[in-house]
Amino acid sequence: MSKYNLTHLKELEAEAIYVIREVFAQFEKPGILFSGGKDSIVVTHLARKAFWPAKIPFPLVHIDTGHNFPETIEFRNNLAEKLGAELIAPSVQDSIDKGRVKEETGKDASRNWLQITTLLDAIEEHQFDALMGGARRDEEKARAKERFFSHRDDFGQWDPKNQRPELWNLYNGKKSFGEHFRVFPISNWTEMDVWQYILAENIDIPSLYIAHQRDVIWRNNSWLPMSEFIQLREGEEVINKQVRFRTLGDITITGGVESGADTIEKIIGEVAAARQTERGNRADDKRSETSMEDRKKEGYF
Amino acid sequence: MEKSYLDMELLRFTTAGSVDDGKSTLIGRLLFDSKSIFEDQLEHVATSSKRRGLSHTDLALLTDGLKDEREQGITIDVAYRYFATPKRKFIIADTPGHIQYTRNMVTGASTANLALILIDARKGIVEQTCRHSFIASLLQIPHIIVCVNKMDLVDHSEEAFEKIKSDYKDFAAKLDVKDIRFIPISALNGDNVVNRSENMPWYEGATLLNTLENIHIASDYNHIDGRFPVQTVLRPKSDEYHDYRGYAGRIAGGIFKKGDEITVLPSGFTSKVKQIHLMEEEIEEAFAPMSVAMTLEDDIDLGRGDMIVKTGNQPNVSQDVDVMLCWFSPQGPQVRSKHTLIHTSNEVKAMVKDIHYKLDINTLHKEQSYDKISINDIIKVSLRTTKPIMNDSYRKNRSTGALILVDESTNETVAAGMIV
Repeated sequence: MSKYNLTHLKELEAEAIYVIREVFAQFEKPGILFSGGKDSIVVTHLARKAFWPAKIPFPLVHIDTGHNFPETIEFRNNLAEKLGAELIAPSVQDSIDKGRVKEETGKDASRNWLQITTLLDAIEEHQFDALMGGARRDEEKARAKERFFSHRDDFGQWDPKNQRPELWNLYNGKKSFGEHFRVFPISNWTEMDVWQYILAENIDIPSLYIAHQRDVIWRNNSWLPMSEFIQLREGEEVINKQVRFRTLGDITITGGVESGADTIEKIIGEVAAARQTERGNRADDKRSETSMEDRKKEGYF
Repeated sequence: MEKSYLDMELLRFTTAGSVDDGKSTLIGRLLFDSKSIFEDQLEHVATSSKRRGLSHTDLALLTDGLKDEREQGITIDVAYRYFATPKRKFIIADTPGHIQYTRNMVTGASTANLALILIDARKGIVEQTCRHSFIASLLQIPHIIVCVNKMDLVDHSEEAFEKIKSDYKDFAAKLDVKDIRFIPISALNGDNVVNRSENMPWYEGATLLNTLENIHIASDYNHIDGRFPVQTVLRPKSDEYHDYRGYAGRIAGGIFKKGDEITVLPSGFTSKVKQIHLMEEEIEEAFAPMSVAMTLEDDIDLGRGDMIVKTGNQPNVSQDVDVMLCWFSPQGPQVRSKHTLIHTSNEVKAMVKDIHYKLDINTLHKEQSYDKISINDIIKVSLRTTKPIMNDSYRKNRSTGALILVDESTNETVAAGMIV
C-alpha cells in the first residue's frame, strides 16, 4: 500500500470523526443516543477522538426501557463517569406511569415500540436538535436508505421517499423550529468493521458480547436469556448454555447464539464465518417484513 | 487469525442501470460470491420472490429496502451495499436508472472512485449509457469500468464485444475520463465476474472482481495542493492543556508536515505547523482525507470557515465563481435568485448572476435558449457570493471544488455544483 493511502478502517474513522465534528459545529444541543451496544460505544469512542484533548461535548442519552441487561447499565454508568459526560436516561416506565403510553400485553409483548414516545418526549424536554446514533446501513434494509444527516419533522417522523440528497461530504443540517436531525457517523461501517475497530483500538465492550455461561430458554428460534420478565410457556425449559449476544437490545427481545468465542479475535472469526445477519435474533425485527421501516418513520432510532 | 484487514483499502463505486440490464443480478452475484449475503436474507428474498409469483429467486429484491420499492418493484433512492474481499472493502452506491436519475446518480457519483457501467451486449450503447458516462465524467470519477453484459446471448462473440468497445471509445472521446476499461461478462452465469470465463478464451484481461481489487486508487485524492478547511477549534481549557488551541478538520488536499509554512485564508496571516494530532497520538504528517487537529506556532485568530493552506500554493479566493449545477428542485433558478451556499466548512449567501446554458444530457449540446429549468437539469451559471470562498476548480480538487445550494425558505438542498 502506498504511503499516502489510508487503510479502510482509518478512512472510515476519518469520515466518522468529520461527521461528529460537523454535528458539534452545526447544532446547538446535540447528544449521543447511547444504547449500551457496541455501535453506540464505537460512536462514543470516536467522539472522544474528535475532540481530544477537550472533553466530549455531548451528553449520553439512554432510553431506559426498564428491561435492561444489568451489565448494560453498569457499563453505561462507568463509561459516562470515565468520560466525564452527562448522562440523561429518560424512562419508559415514567411514560407508562404518566399515561403517555400503554404497556403491551399478550404473548410477545415488549417495550420496543413504547421507546419511541419516551425518546420524542425527551427530545422536546431537552430541546435536542441533533442526536447521533450507531445505526449502520448494512444492518437492515430500511437503514440502507438512511442519510448521514437524517431530517426529522416536527413530529419526529422520517420521510424516506423525500430525503435530501447528500453529496460529497457537504452535510445540510438546516431545519425549521421544532424539527431535529438524527445523525449516523458510522453509516458506512459493517459489523465486521466495527469488530475490527474494537480490536484495533482496544475498546472496552460489555461482557455480554463475549461467550459466557447463562440460563436461557429456546424461543422464536433463538436462545432468549432467562430474566424476571420472562414467563415460561408450556414445553419451555431453562437450560444453562455457553452463549454470546451479537446485538444488545432489551433483555426480553435479544436472543443469544451458542458460541465459544471468548476473545475479540475469536468473535471476528465467528463474524467472518456467520451465515445469519446479526439482527436475525432480534424479535423486534421479526414482527413484519417492514417493521424497522415502520418504526423508523414514527421516530425510532 | 489473519490480520490482513489491517492492510485493506476502501473503494467506493457507483452503479446505475435500468430494470433489465442485469445490474441487480451483477450486484447480487458480487455479494453472493464474496459471501456477503446471509442465509436469512436469502430466505427472505426467496419468500418474496415466490409471493410475487416469480419462478426464480430475484436477487434484485436484495437491494430494495423500502415498502413502496418492494410493492412497486422499483428502486426509488440510492441504496448503499457493502462487501469485502481480503484485499479491499467495497461500498456500492446503487442508484436507480429511471426515477430522478440525475439527482440519484450525481449523489452516488459524488463520493465514488469508480463507476461501473453496464451495456447489454445485444443492444450496444443506448441513451442511458451516454447519460451515466457523462455524469461519471462531470463528477470526475477517476475510473470507469464498462461491463459488456449478457455475452452468453451473443454467443460470447469477440466481434460483438470489440464493436461495442470501439463505439464507446468514439463516444468517450467527448468526455473527460482518465481511465476506462472494458470487460465482457455474463452476470447471470458468472463469466468474468469473479471467475475467468471458459466461454471467452479470447479475452485476456482481468475479471471484474480482480479489477476492482487491483485498480490503483492511491492517487485518486489530491496530494499536491495543501488545503485544510477548519471545522471547529478545540480549546480544552484544562490545567494540563491550558494554552492548547487545536484547529480540527479534514485534510481536503495535499500533505501537511510539522514545520511547514502555512497561510490562513482569507486573512492572509502566516505561521508554521507546530503539531498534528490524532487524539493523543502525535503524527509527523497528515494527508487527504485524514481528520486531524493542528496547532500553529503563532496565535492567530481563525475559526470555522477559514482555510489553512501551504504558503506559496494558494487556491482562488473570490466572490465570483463559474459553476456547473445539477438542479434538484422542480422550481428552477432565476437570474438574481438567492441561496445559501455550502462549500467545505464555509457557508455564505450566493446570488445567481447569470445562467449561461442548459446542457442536453443525452447529446451534450449546450442550449442557450430553453423553456425553463427544472428538476434533473444541468446548467452552467455564474454565482456571486457575499463573502469570498477559498476554492479550486473541481477538476483539480473534488473537495475544494464542490458546493451545494440550499433553499433559504424550505432548507432543501436544491443543487450540487462543480466549480469550473
